[in-house]
Amino acid sequence: MSGGPAFGTRAPGALESVAGSARPRARRRVSGSRIFSWIIFLIGVLYFALPLYATLEFSLRTKVPFVAYTNVLFKDPQFSGSLLYSFVVGVITILVSLLIIVPTAYWVRLRLPRLRPIVEFVTLLPFVVPPLILVFGLLRAYSGPPLPLTGSELGLNVLVIAAYVVLSFPYMYRAVDSGLQAIDIRSLTEAAQSMGAGWPRILLRVIFPNIRVALLSGSFLTLAIVIGEYTIASFLVRPAFGPYLALLGRDKAFEPAAVTIISFGLTWIAMGMISLLGRGSRTRVQVAGAR
Amino acid sequence: MPFFAFAALFLILPIGFLVVGSFQDSTTHEATLKNYFDLSDPNIVLAYSTSIEISLVTAVVGGIFGFLLAYAVILGGLPRFLRSFLMTFSGVASNFAGIPLALAFGFTLALQGLVTKLLLDGLHIDLYSKQIGFSIYSKLGLELVYLYFQFPLMVLIVAPAIDGLKREWREASENLGASSSQYWRHIALPILMPTLLGTTILLFGNAFGAQATAYQLTAGLVPLVTNLITAQISGDVFHNVNLGYALAMGMVVIMGISITAYSLLQRRSERWLRS
Amino acid sequence: MSYLELADIEKRYGDTAAVTGFNLKAERGEFVSFLGPSGCGKTTTLRMIAGFETPTVGTIMLDGEDITHKQPNKRNVGMVFQSYALFPNMTVADNIGFGLKVRKRPADQIRKRVAELLELINLPDKGGRYPYQLSGGQQQRIALARALAFEPQVLLLDEPLSALDAKIRVALRVEIRSIQRQLGITTVYVTHDQEEALSLSDRVVVMSEGHVEQIGTPFEVYNFPKTPFVASFVGTLNVLPASVVDAARGEVTIAGQTVRIARRFEGGSGKSVNIALRPEMVKLGDGPEGSNRVSGKVIDVGFLGSIVRIRVAVGGENGPVVSLDEFNEPTLKLPEVGETLTINFPADGPLVLDSAPADPAEVLLAEA
Repeated sequence: MSGGPAFGTRAPGALESVAGSARPRARRRVSGSRIFSWIIFLIGVLYFALPLYATLEFSLRTKVPFVAYTNVLFKDPQFSGSLLYSFVVGVITILVSLLIIVPTAYWVRLRLPRLRPIVEFVTLLPFVVPPLILVFGLLRAYSGPPLPLTGSELGLNVLVIAAYVVLSFPYMYRAVDSGLQAIDIRSLTEAAQSMGAGWPRILLRVIFPNIRVALLSGSFLTLAIVIGEYTIASFLVRPAFGPYLALLGRDKAFEPAAVTIISFGLTWIAMGMISLLGRGSRTRVQVAGAR
Repeated sequence: MPFFAFAALFLILPIGFLVVGSFQDSTTHEATLKNYFDLSDPNIVLAYSTSIEISLVTAVVGGIFGFLLAYAVILGGLPRFLRSFLMTFSGVASNFAGIPLALAFGFTLALQGLVTKLLLDGLHIDLYSKQIGFSIYSKLGLELVYLYFQFPLMVLIVAPAIDGLKREWREASENLGASSSQYWRHIALPILMPTLLGTTILLFGNAFGAQATAYQLTAGLVPLVTNLITAQISGDVFHNVNLGYALAMGMVVIMGISITAYSLLQRRSERWLRS
Repeated sequence: MSYLELADIEKRYGDTAAVTGFNLKAERGEFVSFLGPSGCGKTTTLRMIAGFETPTVGTIMLDGEDITHKQPNKRNVGMVFQSYALFPNMTVADNIGFGLKVRKRPADQIRKRVAELLELINLPDKGGRYPYQLSGGQQQRIALARALAFEPQVLLLDEPLSALDAKIRVALRVEIRSIQRQLGITTVYVTHDQEEALSLSDRVVVMSEGHVEQIGTPFEVYNFPKTPFVASFVGTLNVLPASVVDAARGEVTIAGQTVRIARRFEGGSGKSVNIALRPEMVKLGDGPEGSNRVSGKVIDVGFLGSIVRIRVAVGGENGPVVSLDEFNEPTLKLPEVGETLTINFPADGPLVLDSAPADPAEVLLAEA
């Protein structure tokens, strides 16, 4: 018959699945460069592992194995006491920090974008002002009237929490800000508002849950910082974990090694939590240090 | 807003106190620049120069090796899991500073330290002998210790930048005929340079402001600005509180410059890497 | 022998095959498009020509030379990437001149060539700018200039226009084609947009799921599709369910109305088939003598600028829908929604699909 195109018959079978756009990275590295990479990596491992190993080895040199650990963990009330103190201070710091940072970051993003550079500058200040200087200033500013906080336990505790909150600003703000950036808060807010929600409810029910990951990651980082912090805690004479460790280092031999290993382990857990939480989200992993 | 109130109370105020105090004479409480002039005391100048030297060395060494580490793990053909391992470890290590770090290095390289012993027994190298004259409680020792948190900091900040090097750039350069080293020389390194430079500067500030580690290892032994300030806070070492303020201010200025430089360079690199 | 030849190319990743049985002979100066949906293997094949992937099986010959395993930076091909991939740290001029710089040409020669190319792409004064300062369309043109600067033997383009606005896309593709004609350079163009492929190419390679469905000129591929996939992917197709009334005389009913299709059917009456019609075959009104006429209700009149697309439900509101296009002109009297009218199509126009497909891509087509 004329006209009509000719077709071949084809059975509709199972469609072949194809790799398609999932292009695996074709790593055609020259082998020389790979050797170089391994060398670098191994040097790094050596450098990082040695001190840890030395500490571990030392901590196990006691006549009774692990006695340093048991001494510390179970027999030394100051270990648990100071750890608890630092932990509690850390938690309070996190809460205060969140309460301040989250609404601020939210407002700045939504309503007052002009304030953004100022807020970012302020959150960068704690980098410029090392903890040492901060505590110096705090001591001087609050040792006399009108706010003699250095006179009382409560006052000192307030100071230390306040200092840690300030210290946590850069990390908290960055974490929260990236979290907010990832979700479209303008649309979420407008949707919630159109359904009749007021500000507190919006913040609590709509914003917080959606940036939970960012919040948690910032929180863990803050916790790690607080627990490891020495300078501020020691100058404010707080029974925190940092000063405890310093004291221990001066008095005993094996115990400090044990505590060092324990503190390393704790930090690892905190970091592990952060990276577990951070998987999949775009928040940049922030770094810190109480030097 | 509460944020600003808080910042004002606990950050700006204390700093302001220090700033004002630094311009005050300690006895007469008059406004003066004397404290800043007093900073030229040779001891103080030595402290500044030592601090700057240590910070510079650890920043550059930390920067270079940190970059190489990050490169090795991301682009260097190593197994994928090593990368996440290094990242997590870097997060831990950069936080490991302070007393625990000082202690750990003591266990490694002090007179009775593991490595010291190994070198002595195994290779008959006595680090603490007169010829080599090494001590962990010294400038060099401190530099070694600082690197423990400088490397990881560099790795953590540089890794995303290396990630940001788009694969297409490399392919485009190959397509246009460039070899691997030409690619690095003309494209990759220039693109990364703001980040590399900026982070190195950040590392500088980081080392400069380190207190706990420094004090633990070198108090009284190595003149450092942070050691001086620590001593000053613990007791009025200078018999002149305001001089202490000026000292602190000097430190703030240096940190401020380094943070600003870092921010500016970061912004430039973000613009390129986002394109 | 042809200028660019791909023979029996296959690319496997582990167990999955991204590309199988790819054969192409392209002449010098020819513009060939690889057309297909995402994942069909067209970009993978392009990258094999560029050298970023190596074929598992098969050879690639360029001007008589086997380049299958040659390093990408030793091949003389120029590639334009989907994301432009301009080097952000270099000016436009440096970007364009990079290929020449790497080939160690003298500086003044590079300068001259860059100026030439900037003229060619119509951006003569943008040499000192940086990529981020320019629009997407401008960046793409610079990417093109960069790929052409060192006078490659083949030009490869990987969906270069997909990131751009519709209007710019149309303008830019015309420009790309005219530059290509001017320079007479053999070109391979990857796209999923069939309009692009049809309007630009000398020949089109239609691909799906890693293999070639058809290679032919745009006219061939559109009017004489060899496989169901090609028929439905290239251009629009109206599919109407019908039931056979008289197998010998090729009569079927669509929504109760009898039409004659110029072919015989196997089997008897009552069999279900599907009739496929290109929109341009269908016209309003009664049409010439001998056409099939069906009546239906207008359910939509879409104004697309130069074309008016009218959708008619055959036999009543719930009948199968036919899309037809009429050229837009001021004197055209457009039907109204809800109006009942007659549409016509020639007896030998439709294609016949034998079963009731669940999905247009799974149709069976029988010999005419």
